This record gives sequence, C-alpha cells and structure tokens, in this order.
Amino acid sequence: MNEQLFPIQIKGLRDGLLITVGDGEWAALETALLEQIHAQESFFQGARIALDVGTQILRVNDLVSLRDRLSEQGITLWAVMSESPTTEKTAQLLGLATRISKPRPEESRQFSVDELSDEMALFLSKTLRSGTRIEFPGHVVVFGDVNPGAEILAEGNVLVWGRVRGMIHAGAKGDTSAYICALDLSPTQLRIAEEVSANLKPQKEPRPEIASLNEDGKLQSIPWQPK
Amino acid sequence: MNAKIVTVTSGKGGVGKTTAVANIAVALASSGAKVCCIDGDIGLRNLDVVMGLENRIVYDLVDVIEGRCRLRQAMIRDKRFPELYLIPAAQTRDKSAVSPSDMIRLGDELRSEVDWVLIDSPAGIERGFKYAIAAADQVLVITNPEVSAVRDADRVIGLLEAEEKGNPSLIINRLNPSMVKNHDMLTAEDVIDLLAIRLIGVVPEDEAVVVGTNRGAPIALDAKSKAGEAFRNIAQRLQGKDVPFMDLDDQGLWARIQRMAGRK
Repeated sequence: MNEQLFPIQIKGLRDGLLITVGDGEWAALETALLEQIHAQESFFQGARIALDVGTQILRVNDLVSLRDRLSEQGITLWAVMSESPTTEKTAQLLGLATRISKPRPEESRQFSVDELSDEMALFLSKTLRSGTRIEFPGHVVVFGDVNPGAEILAEGNVLVWGRVRGMIHAGAKGDTSAYICALDLSPTQLRIAEEVSANLKPQKEPRPEIASLNEDGKLQSIPWQPK
Repeated sequence: MNAKIVTVTSGKGGVGKTTAVANIAVALASSGAKVCCIDGDIGLRNLDVVMGLENRIVYDLVDVIEGRCRLRQAMIRDKRFPELYLIPAAQTRDKSAVSPSDMIRLGDELRSEVDWVLIDSPAGIERGFKYAIAAADQVLVITNPEVSAVRDADRVIGLLEAEEKGNPSLIINRLNPSMVKNHDMLTAEDVIDLLAIRLIGVVPEDEAVVVGTNRGAPIALDAKSKAGEAFRNIAQRLQGKDVPFMDLDDQGLWARIQRMAGRK
C-alpha cells in the first residue's frame, strides 16, 4: 500500500486493529476508510477497531455517523485517539476510550488501586448528564453532579464533589477495595467490583457518604464523620 | 434586519414544543416583531393546525429546500398578524429530506427577512433534532415536571453542550400548582435543580390550552389565561426584558424559584 496516495494505515494489535488516518479532509478520509473496509469485508468482519485520527477535529455527529456505519459492517469502534482535545472530549462523551491501555484485562485484574499512580485519575469539571458514559482505567473525580441516566465506569475509585443520581461502577475490573464517595449519594445504582446495589435510599438531608464493600462483601454506604 | 433563530426542543414527545412555538410566535408578533415559524417535524406536521393555517398550505419546507419554490412562496401569512409567517413541514416526506446544512442555509436566508425565526423541533435526538438545532442561535429546552420528561431534557442538554450549542434556556410546561402542593408532582425547583440551566418560563397547566390548540387560536392571545400570560412573559424575556416570574401559588415557592433563576 502506498502511504502517500493512501493516508490510512491499518495495524494489528493484540485485541483488535489500530487504524491511523493521516491529514486531509475528514469526509474524504471517512469515505476512503469505509471503501477499504468494504473491499475486504471478510477480513474486517467482527473486528474491534481503535482509530487514531491525529489532529482531526471531530464533532459528535462525525463520530456517531462513523460508528454507526462501521457497526453496519459488523465492526466495533471502541477507541478514538487524537491530539485534539475537542475530538478527545467528543470521544469521551460517546463513551469511547481515548487511549489504548497497555495492560490486558487479565493483567489489570491483579492491579490494585493502591498501585495506581496519581496521574491515573480523570478529572471532570462538569455535570454529567443523562446519556453520558465515562469509562476510565483509573480513578475518576467529578466536580459537578452525576445525573440520572449518566454512567461512570472506573477501574479505580470514584469521587464526586456533587450529587450522584446516576450509575457508578468503581473497581470495574474486579477491585473489591474500590470505593465511591460523594457529597450526596442518591444513585440509581452503585456497583463495586462484582457487587450491585440498587436499594440505596435517597437521603432527605443530603450528607457526604462513602460506599464500599464490607467484610461480608456486601455493598454498604456510611456517612462521612468529621474526626 | 438580522433575525435571531430560536429552536424549541425537548427530547420527549408531547411535552408542548409545538404549543410553545405557536404561542411564543404569536406573543412576539403581537408586540410588533416580524416572526417566521418553521415546523421541523417533517412527516408529522402539527404547527399549521395549532396556528389555524392548515387550509392555506401550498408549498412547504421541503419544497423550499429542494428548490421547487421561492422562500417567500412557502411563508404562509398568519390570519391575525400580517407580520407572522409559517413555513409548514412536508407531510408526505420524512426526516431524511432535510439536512443540518439545509437548515443553516435557510436560516441565513431568513435572517434578512424577519426579526425572529422560531423552529419547532421534532421529538427524539436523531436526524430531525440535529437539523432543527443546526441553525439555532438560542435553544429553548421544554419539559414537563415529570421524571421521564426531565430525564430526556437532561440528555438533550448534554447533546447541545456536545454540539457547542451551549447555554440553552428552560421552559417548564404544564405545572399543576395544586398537585405540587400535594407532593404529587415534581416542583419547578426540583427540575431546575437537576437540569441546572437558566429558567425562561414556567407555564401552568391550563385546559384552555387544549381548546386553543384545537381551534387554531393560540392561548397567548387570551388576555385572561394564566398559561397565555406565561407564554407572553417568555416572549418578553427572549426580547431581553426582565419580567418577574408569575405568582401561581402563595406558598412562597415562586419567590424561591425566582431567586434560583437569579431574579428578584
């Protein structure tokens, strides 16, 4: 394949394909990519694709349309990597990964929260609205509310300086020592590791709470006590 | 003239988008502004009925976009206000007939013709929603004080943020003060608290709205109706006037809402 003429490179990864697109007009690149996939239909069938779009600035429309068209071909788009913060944000809003995490799922199972370095936290200074899904291979800190219909899946802990009314899954890869804390914990559902709890009653008087697994492995939440 | 383009949207259907567009349009027109409404709900047109202009339709939105008529030919003049127009939706087509760039082009063409363009968005978050907001300078998100409607409004606000159509304003429609008092309905406060956007109006539930809708006579024309007054107030706030929120209840609830909305 001549790279100058065809600015789309496809590389095999351990768990899918990495497609790198070069500079140029997005519409043309998208068409070229879809054409190539169409030409090698059987090769791409059922593939998991991570897309590196370089400096392209992509909006929700662009990514949604690409994701839909790929899924018509039986292809899952799971990650979009970009140097543009706008594109990265778009990808996050759509619940796509924005980096290919090095550790494979089996390895990260032994990953304890304590071993995560400080940089492994995602800081979000906004309210997460219905339909937003945040997945992150570390801790997640939200400065804002988590509204009903929003979801956070973190491999580490989740800390919300605000109200939680959506769904939060901490220790999503199985870490039972993960915890979730918030100023007001009135979620639709909480999950820590494999435990799911839906019976957390909303508080009449909101108070900071921390949810974790107790000795019996059950999810419980206790109010924060100033010492 | 340089029109301001306002889209009314909600996510959920049946919360009052079309009613709001018709009433705000009538209220703006009665204050002397030149207004054009666009029914964006291709295939399920309603706005013509609510405005009582159904029998005057010759050309529609899709005819303009596909070049079968000039813009002016598709603008139906209202019976009551000579400076109020409607571009109806096509009834025999579907949402695929219009694209976001079509709406941007149309909006730009209308800017020099009128003071206000009001776009009635279809329900949902798919193509129809996308083109309805494409040209908007301002978006009004309308919801009912019901958990499901508020959830959808929240989703829509999130999408508007992602599309960089930031800072939408909120209309709470069909609030029933006596149900609120009996704790059978979400309060306006609950809704504002969750959605955390600027409130531009609270419209009380009013049977006369349905009557007006069926007769093609928007309630904003009725000087005695509370709902009509609420819509007239929304029109004034759109025009930048600082109108106090109506007192629908004597529990002091409205004073609290006004504080939350940053007004006194």
